[in-house]
Amino acid sequence: MSARPALLAFMRKEVRHLLRDRQTLAILLLLPIAQLLLFGFAVRTDIHAVRVAVVAPASDAASAALRTRFANSGRFQLLPAVPHADSLESLLRRGQLDVGVVLPPRLADRLTAGEATRVLVVSDAIDPNTGTTMQTYAIAILRDWQDALGAARGAVRIETRLRMRFNPTLESVNLFVPGLIALILTMVTSLMTAISLSREKERGTFEVLLVSPLHPWQIIVGKVLPYLALAMANVVSVLLAAWLVFHVPFQGSVSLLLSASMLFALVGLAFGVLIAAITNSQLAAMLAALGGTMLPNTMLSGLIFPVTSMPLPLQLLTNIVPARWFIEIVRGIMLKGVGLSVLWPQLLILSVMLAVLLTLAIRRTNVRLA
Amino acid sequence: MNTPAIVARNLTRRFGTFTAVDHISFEVQSGEVFGFLGANGAGKTTAIRMLTGLLAPSEGEATVAGYDIRTAADRVRERIGYMSQRFSLYDDLTVRENIRLYGGIYGLQDDEIARRSEVMLGELEFTPPVTAMVRALPLGWKQKLAFSVALLHQPAVVFLDEPTGGVDPITRRQFWELIYRAAAKGTTVFVTTHYLDEAEYCDRLSIMVDGKVAALGTPAALKAEFSVASLDDVFVTLARGTASSGERSP
Repeated sequence: MSARPALLAFMRKEVRHLLRDRQTLAILLLLPIAQLLLFGFAVRTDIHAVRVAVVAPASDAASAALRTRFANSGRFQLLPAVPHADSLESLLRRGQLDVGVVLPPRLADRLTAGEATRVLVVSDAIDPNTGTTMQTYAIAILRDWQDALGAARGAVRIETRLRMRFNPTLESVNLFVPGLIALILTMVTSLMTAISLSREKERGTFEVLLVSPLHPWQIIVGKVLPYLALAMANVVSVLLAAWLVFHVPFQGSVSLLLSASMLFALVGLAFGVLIAAITNSQLAAMLAALGGTMLPNTMLSGLIFPVTSMPLPLQLLTNIVPARWFIEIVRGIMLKGVGLSVLWPQLLILSVMLAVLLTLAIRRTNVRLA
Repeated sequence: MNTPAIVARNLTRRFGTFTAVDHISFEVQSGEVFGFLGANGAGKTTAIRMLTGLLAPSEGEATVAGYDIRTAADRVRERIGYMSQRFSLYDDLTVRENIRLYGGIYGLQDDEIARRSEVMLGELEFTPPVTAMVRALPLGWKQKLAFSVALLHQPAVVFLDEPTGGVDPITRRQFWELIYRAAAKGTTVFVTTHYLDEAEYCDRLSIMVDGKVAALGTPAALKAEFSVASLDDVFVTLARGTASSGERSP
């Protein structure tokens, strides 16, 4: 008896299940795009309309130039000049101001004399991330201002240097797209295979398959391939939407990105099969798949919180989260344009994870029914 | 045809310290309808799982369709059919799609599947369209169809695990006619049931009590052995025997 027609017959059935459940299929195809739009438009960590006030003891050409720079930056909303630094505090407290820039007295004289010019930047850091971001914007403008002054006069000391590479416009959507691809792939792969396999267990059809000449690996492959195709369709649609709607830059190799996505999808699929093999009901499988993937993939992957700012035990834990490595790969390819020579360790780690999960999944399915 | 369809020798399965099946031995001849009876928890399901390769025996041996269930499980799987009390067709596929799936799993080519399913549906006098979703069929049709699909690859032995649970008496009768028809063609039928009137239809019966085969023989022989008028009484006598030994709560 040849294995091929049996596997084909089984896969044909899986595709039919998938195509017949129109509602689920529509959700699976459209949800990722909806998620991308939501993330892209609503969840932004870059900030617009930062209210800034400049404190200038004397009004002169240099301070006027700075005010103009803030007004024209597009990020800032310039408030009327504040005569004294003491009034900044109450404005900040009352939430009427985001950033205050305090220029020293005798600014014009100091600049002419070539003395060090100290500029104080006060920002509302009630949300530390926002505060840091606003401060960064302000420092960038101050630096430009100093550069311009220096070009005109010479001998102006530049004290702040800040370079933002790879994502110069600080568009957060660029950072979210890789994480979003990870999230979507996880959902389609782990969750859907876990549910579809455990449904067969619950209904009793799995027994019939196990009694048949189908080998456990054939059952797994037949279950996995249709969902792999669906997951890849999702990757392509999200990338297209990111490119067309948000103009996310695409520096690296598309084929490497698709290959890495396929590898990551296979990790998720193997995880889903393993969950279905271990759990005894659809509900348990669904909860395990959600808890086992969504939580670590959002919290411990670097998608929302940078891995480097986590406490050490959590940093160690992120090593076993596949999405952590995948997000590094996607960010590397899309934003930095790096290739295999840089990303091979991450790809290797994902391959090892796949091998381990697949072995466990086949072994657990092979035990047949205890 | 001389080798028995099923041979079990001291077949045993333990779960931890609990012995679910305790050294059972029996033979089933080709073309026989063999009833496998027992109260819930007597070990029927465990035994049937070992014979179908779903569970490895802890001790003892068995052959099904001439092949050892331990060493030639793949061969056994190709030669048996299986239908469980839980419905084994896919609700969201049509009648034809289900038939093609099971035919395909057992390695039949498409034209062969088409030929056999035509014969099969004809014999069933199957009236609903083959493009109907299985979920839309009445329960009786579903059960009869599931049985016929389990026979599509012409297995030597078919295992039926409480196949008539929840169906009406008329459908049960029709179902047994299908079983006889299959047996007449040489298929060995191994069937578990809760209905003792159904047990009367079997060529031979075994009754399991506490993991052991407590009685084995034709319905008439069993009634004579226990000097009672019905299989019901045979069953009750055996069950009472267990209760008095104090192992089971009344």
